[in-house]
Amino acid sequence: MNPFSSGTRLRDMIRAIRACKTAAEERAVVRKECAAIRAAINENDQDYRHRNLAKLMFIHMLGYPTHFGQMECLKLIASPGFPEKRIGYLGLMLLLDERQEVLMLVTNSVKQDLNHTNQYIVGLALCALGNICSAEMARDLAPEVERLLQFRDPNIRKKAALCSIRIIKKVPDLAENFINPVAALLKEKHHGVLITGIQLCTDLCKVSPEALEYFRKKCTDGLVRTLRDLVNSPYAPEYDIAGITDPFLHIRLLKLLRVLGQGDADASDAMNDILAQVATKTESNKNAGNAILYECVETIMSIEDNGGLRVLAINILGRFLSNRDNNIRYVALNMLMRAITVDAQAVQRHRSTILECVKDSDASIRKRALELVYLLVNESNVKPLTKELVDYLEVSDQDFKGDLTAKICSIIEKFSPEKIWYIDQMLKVLTEAGNFVKDEVWHALVVVISNASDLHGYTVRALFRALQTTAEQESLVRVAVWCIGEYGDLLVNNAGMLNVEDPITVTESDAVDVVESAIKRHASDLTTKSMALIALLKLSSRFPSCSGRIKDIVVQHKGSLVLELQQRSLEFNSIIEKHQNIRSALVERMPVLDEASFGGRRASSLPNTVSTSNGTAVKLPNGVAKPSAAPLVDLLDLSDDVPAPSSSGGDFLQDLLGVDLAPATQSGTSQAPKAGTDVLLDLLSIGSNPAQDNSVSTPDILSSAQDHKPAIASLDVLAAPSNMMDLLDGFTPAPPKPANNGPAYPSIVAFESSSLRLTFNFSKQPGNPQTTTISGTFTNLSSNVFTDFVFQAAVPKFLQLHLDPASGNSLPASGNGTITQSLKVTNSQHGKKPLVMRLRIAYKVDGKDVLEEGQINNFPRDL
Amino acid sequence: EKAIRELSGVILSRGPKLCNFVDWKGHKVVYKRYASLYFCICIDEEDNELEALEVIHHFVEILDRYFGSVCELDLIFNFHKAYYILDELLIAGELQESSKRTIAKLISAQDNLVEVAKEEASSLSNIIAQATK
Repeated sequence: MNPFSSGTRLRDMIRAIRACKTAAEERAVVRKECAAIRAAINENDQDYRHRNLAKLMFIHMLGYPTHFGQMECLKLIASPGFPEKRIGYLGLMLLLDERQEVLMLVTNSVKQDLNHTNQYIVGLALCALGNICSAEMARDLAPEVERLLQFRDPNIRKKAALCSIRIIKKVPDLAENFINPVAALLKEKHHGVLITGIQLCTDLCKVSPEALEYFRKKCTDGLVRTLRDLVNSPYAPEYDIAGITDPFLHIRLLKLLRVLGQGDADASDAMNDILAQVATKTESNKNAGNAILYECVETIMSIEDNGGLRVLAINILGRFLSNRDNNIRYVALNMLMRAITVDAQAVQRHRSTILECVKDSDASIRKRALELVYLLVNESNVKPLTKELVDYLEVSDQDFKGDLTAKICSIIEKFSPEKIWYIDQMLKVLTEAGNFVKDEVWHALVVVISNASDLHGYTVRALFRALQTTAEQESLVRVAVWCIGEYGDLLVNNAGMLNVEDPITVTESDAVDVVESAIKRHASDLTTKSMALIALLKLSSRFPSCSGRIKDIVVQHKGSLVLELQQRSLEFNSIIEKHQNIRSALVERMPVLDEASFGGRRASSLPNTVSTSNGTAVKLPNGVAKPSAAPLVDLLDLSDDVPAPSSSGGDFLQDLLGVDLAPATQSGTSQAPKAGTDVLLDLLSIGSNPAQDNSVSTPDILSSAQDHKPAIASLDVLAAPSNMMDLLDGFTPAPPKPANNGPAYPSIVAFESSSLRLTFNFSKQPGNPQTTTISGTFTNLSSNVFTDFVFQAAVPKFLQLHLDPASGNSLPASGNGTITQSLKVTNSQHGKKPLVMRLRIAYKVDGKDVLEEGQINNFPRDL
Repeated sequence: EKAIRELSGVILSRGPKLCNFVDWKGHKVVYKRYASLYFCICIDEEDNELEALEVIHHFVEILDRYFGSVCELDLIFNFHKAYYILDELLIAGELQESSKRTIAKLISAQDNLVEVAKEEASSLSNIIAQATK
């Protein structure tokens, strides 16, 4: 026999590997061993096969590839001897997973072993099957396993039970076959079989509603009795852990009772007594007892209401909360989160303890506590809670700050009772952790500030003060710079002082200083610098005396390598120098930003909001913006959809143009339809009498638009005129083209049923009034997914229709996605007859065909 | 492999007084430290963390009885035996037997089978070796 092929003993190999001092040495040893093993495999060496497999497993645990050994497992399993089978099955479980095709080859061996006379071999096979079998194997071998559920040996019965769990998870259809055997298992006395039987029953109920019904009716009482016997049983050394007999069995029983009692009043009634008994009698000085109490509380919370029990449960949780053991507190916090849905009042009582947990030294506990606090916030406790949280923000860890900031901002937004409080709190957060504040949040803050006209003075002064103390937080700098730009005059004049304020003297040049330092700051990024530039422009108009100095600052960026800054610098410089006559009109106070449309554009990261008191409250309706593709495309789309005077976008523009603080620009209102083109021409030629306000908003929007897509989505309506600037930047040919799309048309809801809505958006090519391009969007209003979605349309003879392929043929439920499809209609009777169309929509729901038909009569007349 | 490394990093960096539960990539991981060894198990959302701790302890106690004051080296050199014990304790992640005595009996019965088989094999080869001399 080749001495080399026998190789080293397992122990020696392990020793050799452990003796290696470097990774390279280890690799060398492993390689040598693998080579020897491969040689042995090739020679079909029987004697040392199982030793080689053991070595392979060790090597696998270290992380090296070992796929060449997979067939060895099969050979070992097929051998007749017990030791070979044992290690073969172990190798199977360690080296393979259910995705490997090799696994299928084992099925036959396993089947034979399941029928073996040696019960330990049967056990091995069941164990392997339970850990690793695939769906096909499960199907093949299920009958064998079922049979074994009634085997005489409890060892086999319990293994068969657990194996069955995997089988029904892989093949839920087979669940019904197991219902009867399981009912028998539940009556067993042997703890091992009982535990596994209960586990199988629990999983059966999860998988099959019929099973649930069956067990609920037939077995609930039996189980309650079993639990009672267990609780009352005397000391049993075999199962005793920390003075409790078999806590594992306790817990399993409680879990199963939970599944049975949930949603069913009768079952819940049957278990009330025993639950009360467990809850009150269980000792809680050891982990085992606490584990049982935990499970008991979970069960009480999930089953049907029984006031007394629930109080008991919450009390237990209260005790847990003040326990010194971290594990217990963690678990309590977890449970309380679920308890909130059931009894929020009771949980509120523990608020202060929970708040303490937010400051705990343990990261896991902090996280849980913060989530819990978030759920506890309501209108009445929001102020003190927020104060606590904000105070803690100062001392919290860096990695926790992000979470904490997000939660605080969310709370402030949802529940803020007055605008001034909102602004105060946000200022504190920005000062402390501005770098963690997300963009949507400070955008929202800007919106709120602009709406709170009586607070403008207060806000800008507060921001000024804040900047004096810390200028490190980016968001704070941005918001401050914007405010100072807008309301600089209020800052200097101390206008609108509130009682709570201390007087503060700020000169014009102080204000300019602050903005200048924002630009010069090394850490300021593009957004901040751009915002600072526009703020300077505004200040140059509001503080004419500083105009010269401002010009100097602005000019410094003329040569900036960043296009945005360079462009702004040049343009503003030119405005300051040559166009003082229009400058003041250009930088007029921005009109109030509409909270509704801004709130609606927010990214969905924030949860549903609740409007608090009226009027002064921060009201942020929910809504999702039109999905924005590339910003430019979006803006172009908009220019199609938004005719300047008539649709919602236009109203917004009207607001912008109309709500005005200075007389000079009423003409802007009437010029709204041509606003787009005019602004463009004006900026190019700096001509006369434009709707100047548009350009005010433009740079601001561009400033955010440049860097943040969500900002674009949030400001996209406002940005309708600014698409001119964008086009100027990026598309030198024919910038006025979108404006020349001619009159745009309002979109219509072409078809709506209880489960489907179709909206049409229209546009026409310039110079081709007879042809309309229609963009159709399908939304699924039902809660089922639609598949094989096909849309067909028919038109009368005077119309020609061309249909493009749809974006997809599967429509997610409840409006979670849309399908778009483009159509072209040419109207040979354009101007004389309106468009009309019949449509037919076919799709599948759960495999069943559905057909919807309709006729569209509400096309805009002049298409 | 990467998962194990990452998880080890997270767990090893936790201080001694902190609770034994960690949220990792959306899963719950329960760990318990015995001298220089950490035992970690990953459980589902709905599972009882405190019970998981008990399961770990159960396993360790069984190992202790089997190896007699088990230490790390025992586990390294006899990893396959540790796996056999684990296979008597858990299948498909579910607890199989709550009695340490029963598990010990099963393991020793199977070990016996292995012993017997070895003896038979060696006695056979003795006979053959003598016969071929």
